[in-house]
Amino acid sequence: MEPAGSPRRRALAAFEALERAFDAAFGSAGNPLRHLGALGFLFFWLLAGSGIYLYAVLDTSAAGAYRSIDELSRGQWYLGGLLRSLHRYSADAFVVVMLAHLLREFLLGRYSGFRRFSWLTGAPLPLFVFACGIGGFWLNWDQLGQLSALATAELLDWLPFFASPLTRNFLEAQSVSDRLFSLFVFVHLGVPLLLLFGLWFHIQRIARAEVFPPRALAIGASTALIALSLAAPVMSQGPADLSVVPGPLAMDWFLLFVHPLAHATSAGATWALFGVAMLWLFALPFLPRPAPPAIAKVDPDNCNGCRRCFDDCPYAAITMRAHPNGKAGRQLAVVDADLCASCGICVGSCPSSTPFRSGAQLLTGIDMPQLPVDALRTKLEQGLAALKANHKIVVIGCDHCVPVDSLAGRDVITLSLICSGMLPPSFVEYALRAGASGVLVSGCMEGACEYRLGTRWTNERLAGAREPHLRACVPRDKLEVAWAPAGDRRALTGALDSLRGRHG
Amino acid sequence: MDKPAIKPLAWLAQGALYALFAIAIGTFSGWPAYHHLAADQALIKLSFSHSGKLVSECRPLSPAELAKLPPNMRAPMKCPRERVAVLVELDIDGVPAARHSAPPSGLSKDGASAVYRRLPVAAGVHRISVRLKDSASAAGFDYSRDESVSLRPAQVLVIDFDAEKGGITLR
Repeated sequence: MEPAGSPRRRALAAFEALERAFDAAFGSAGNPLRHLGALGFLFFWLLAGSGIYLYAVLDTSAAGAYRSIDELSRGQWYLGGLLRSLHRYSADAFVVVMLAHLLREFLLGRYSGFRRFSWLTGAPLPLFVFACGIGGFWLNWDQLGQLSALATAELLDWLPFFASPLTRNFLEAQSVSDRLFSLFVFVHLGVPLLLLFGLWFHIQRIARAEVFPPRALAIGASTALIALSLAAPVMSQGPADLSVVPGPLAMDWFLLFVHPLAHATSAGATWALFGVAMLWLFALPFLPRPAPPAIAKVDPDNCNGCRRCFDDCPYAAITMRAHPNGKAGRQLAVVDADLCASCGICVGSCPSSTPFRSGAQLLTGIDMPQLPVDALRTKLEQGLAALKANHKIVVIGCDHCVPVDSLAGRDVITLSLICSGMLPPSFVEYALRAGASGVLVSGCMEGACEYRLGTRWTNERLAGAREPHLRACVPRDKLEVAWAPAGDRRALTGALDSLRGRHG
Repeated sequence: MDKPAIKPLAWLAQGALYALFAIAIGTFSGWPAYHHLAADQALIKLSFSHSGKLVSECRPLSPAELAKLPPNMRAPMKCPRERVAVLVELDIDGVPAARHSAPPSGLSKDGASAVYRRLPVAAGVHRISVRLKDSASAAGFDYSRDESVSLRPAQVLVIDFDAEKGGITLR
């Protein structure tokens, strides 16, 4: 078990503090730190769009490449020059959000168990990003491109793959042929296609993956890069001349840091560093970890094949198969143990989870063995019966946000779920009918849900916009909803006081 | 319900954070400048890709050896595939600067030997002495070149091998 004061935990606390600061400016739903992956996709699309134009005007010959790109910046600053700068800055921004995304997921410990596939498919993607990013500088064939191409060749020559050193392609001007330039173009077009395939693979086991950030965030981030492109346009740094070593160069440290690193150390040390980093990334999911919690369990006798759990599962862990009872068209939910996050969101989506079902034991179509809905209903009934206050309040919370158990008191009973998305909305109506004056539903803020979609689904179900929904006849003034960041107990006590004020 | 902040202060904070993001990207996209080579230095590149001679001479096969071979493979001479490693030495101003034995490439050791070395030197006049041995003979080096060169700051001098141009070249 990791100690509380470990470097990772301290770094996580710092990162979460930063997230809360960003929440204050952007709101939790639009917080860029909660949409780093989606921002990466946005920058990829900006790169693709601007890149198509640049490729259309690029002279793909060794002699003409520099002139064709340089003319864009000088003679067509309002379009070609702007797109060239946007292309470069989008690539830099892509690196920033990619590394921040990697860091965030690591700090949150999201690399093992049901997240192992996403981690392992994401780990090699930085290599593709740097490969196509570095290759882009060669196409310009200015002095920075010259330095990058030669430094890359020196780095690759260290590997025992090439019979003839790649560096010999850059000994003198005549060595750089149009054929070699075609290879540059192939690298810069081919690797991004591989990257796109890798990104698609990376999100395969995530239902409703966010491949575009919220509109306001997309507009804000794009505007920032366009403004930067206009204020500080990217310019070429003199045509390549292999007879001299380029002088001081404006270095893109986001993408080209590897060259100064290799020069300051050695090609072998640089490869060793990257090798160790990649090994560490790939080894993380296989390190020992606590036994995973029990996964969702389907009861074929109570599953009517409605597909709601299939639709709502955030990790595509549920598939629908023919029901073993043999009835034509009847389906049964099946849980993939490797993909199940044990979040219980499927329980909240199941229409059979309603506590109004008769029967001594509440059996539902899909349930969590560690926290069955029958136990929840029993705890609710017994808790309300035990309260002596005139006005009783039920507080429902989530294990990953503000702990609600500490709110229990003479007029309050609490139910802590695995995720707020586990709540069948009919529990609210059931609690009110069973004697509660009000119900407070709490959980993580939108965008901060530990299981991605729990807050969103609960919001929609309580608002009547998603099945199973809270019936319209339930008085809304008896329901309070509070999505609060972890640790913000005041948000919950404030909502509780508001509810007491209305019905106390 | 959690809703995005719409207070003017929040808008200002958003604008400031977007600006900070853009400034950070713009700054480290070109700063600080990178000095690959000191201003008063030149660069000597020792680079060649050259096949050494065969490790031993071809020899005629005896009639008995030929008889053992299939009829279509009865070539009168047997030549080894393996080549010798190429040895190169470079002195700058009489001081040994590089000495490298480049093994032949390929699984059968029958490919070219390659060398690539970057040697930053102070700009100015230098005495360059290059020696190369590509045969198994016991005698000294097969090729050598001794020349005085004047190098401007940032100039690149390439030391290569081109058999058609007489061996070691400086350009």
